[in-house]
Amino acid sequence: MKKSTKISRRERSNKAGYLFLLPYALLFTIFILTPVCLAVVLSFTNFNVIQFPKPVGFLNYINLVTSDEVFMQYVLPNTVKYAIIVGVGGYCLSFLLAWALANLPGKLRTVLALILYSPSMTAGVAMTVLWKIMFTGDQTGYINSWLMDLGVINEPIIWLVNANYLLPIVIIIGLWSSMGVGFLAILAGILNTDESLYEAAAIDGVKNRFQEMIYVTIPSMKPQMLFAAVMQIVGAFQNGQVASMLAGNPTPGYAAQLIVNHIEDYGFIRYEMGYAAAVSVALLLIVNVFSKIANKLFGEKD
Amino acid sequence: MAYKGNGINPKKFEKGQIKILLMVLPLVIITGLPIVFIVFHAFKPMEELFAFPPKFITTNPTLDNFRKLFKASRTAGIPLSKYVFNSLLITGAVVFSSLVFTTSAAYALSKLKFKGRFALMNINQLALMFVPVAVMIPRYLVVNVLHMTNTYWAQILPLIPLPVALFLVKQFVDQVPDSLIEAAYMDGAKELQIYTKVILPLIKPAIATAAILVFQQVWTNMEASNYYVNDDGLKTLAFYMNTLTSTTTNNTVAGQGVAAAASLIMFVPNLVLFCILQKNVMNTMAHSGIK
Repeated sequence: MKKSTKISRRERSNKAGYLFLLPYALLFTIFILTPVCLAVVLSFTNFNVIQFPKPVGFLNYINLVTSDEVFMQYVLPNTVKYAIIVGVGGYCLSFLLAWALANLPGKLRTVLALILYSPSMTAGVAMTVLWKIMFTGDQTGYINSWLMDLGVINEPIIWLVNANYLLPIVIIIGLWSSMGVGFLAILAGILNTDESLYEAAAIDGVKNRFQEMIYVTIPSMKPQMLFAAVMQIVGAFQNGQVASMLAGNPTPGYAAQLIVNHIEDYGFIRYEMGYAAAVSVALLLIVNVFSKIANKLFGEKD
Repeated sequence: MAYKGNGINPKKFEKGQIKILLMVLPLVIITGLPIVFIVFHAFKPMEELFAFPPKFITTNPTLDNFRKLFKASRTAGIPLSKYVFNSLLITGAVVFSSLVFTTSAAYALSKLKFKGRFALMNINQLALMFVPVAVMIPRYLVVNVLHMTNTYWAQILPLIPLPVALFLVKQFVDQVPDSLIEAAYMDGAKELQIYTKVILPLIKPAIATAAILVFQQVWTNMEASNYYVNDDGLKTLAFYMNTLTSTTTNNTVAGQGVAAAASLIMFVPNLVLFCILQKNVMNTMAHSGIK
């Protein structure tokens, strides 16, 4: 360890450190930290958005665990399913695609990366309107029309009302848009790995691209792997917009109700903001557990 | 034969890459199709929107949908150019200040040793894990208390701190070797010079990625216009496009074309920025001659 330099630098680093941090920290505290803390406080109250919040202790949390049947029966299983497929699947896909692109020459790589990233650039309601058109429930819908042409189905499927199809559709759209900023970071990370490491590895007996990926590429880009993992976890648990835009909130038969939809349902439809805040805190705890695991896998060990 | 190694970042196309390309191509096509669909849909004339069976490809492209969009804004009283101006002003201000503040904070958290930096990093990470919908009302209360409602400030300041961007940039600063910074210290450089002369040039990929990220967040942000501003003259293009698509369409087939046009208009700036910055995103530090 370079202990001596650390000590000699400590005095001035302290002051400079705070100065460099100040602008961000200030705005962060005002506009992010304070609202988050307020939300946590609200989770211990009964708040209908109009009257002043009434403190109720842990009642919201107790209700969540003991008497919210919709949460236990639909929301939690749906969210777990969604998070596993879109979270883990999307992460592996991001890495493999980024790695594949890194193995292609510059111009081609740029075009392919652009196409893969493009779903992340089409945010908002307008895009969901387009998905609605694709999945229209009668034969004028594109998917129905194609499947009928191919002879896969004989009559149109009412995609967005049928409980059997809604969650898979939401999952497919989730996967479609999972090549996000994590994917870009991984791509940059792979391209940034030191070339001499590969040469050394080849001498040490690395035989193919797969071994190279496992023993050289991944270990040398842990920071990006961690970033992408956390982004994927957060995204997988916080997506929900698509479901409520496609099928309304609550979704038919709670078929595609994810935690975020549950929060919106309580917060902005039933105006039980205290309960919605409690669910959000529970969600934070869940997400945090998984990101701790990611930290174990890819974090700096010092 | 010993493996020669290093297929990463090849200079030209080789035979071995065909296998990889074949694996990637189907996914690329599937991913790209919906985007192609928006483009086609935006230029479809009325009779093709109503066509049965539905047509994917537009045979008689027209600007009708865009015309309808502009007409709707003329009847609303506030010219479209005002929304565009607001969006450009707000996005520009946020992206610039966010990048400066984020990179400097990332430098401090990653390379300067001071008390509490690990705690700060953890708080930042926790904040990015908190679901945004739950923070909407508390944040509105904060903006209200600060008397910022109905100003540009309300649409700029709350968007500047983006925990995700700080996290991203910090991960890249972590990779800058300490020895470089030590060397700069030996040469008598102060923290500010190290930040501008050593750190910033080395984390260009991170800055470019963060720029794309922040731009996207701000450009498509509707929360600020929705909650913090009542005056229509201060609202953004994203907000306007959203009201337009949700009020005029209501699922009618005629509205679909307009919705597609609106989404194309919102998509193009993202695309342009990505194309400008992609060289930096994919740039390698190896080329900067440091490693």
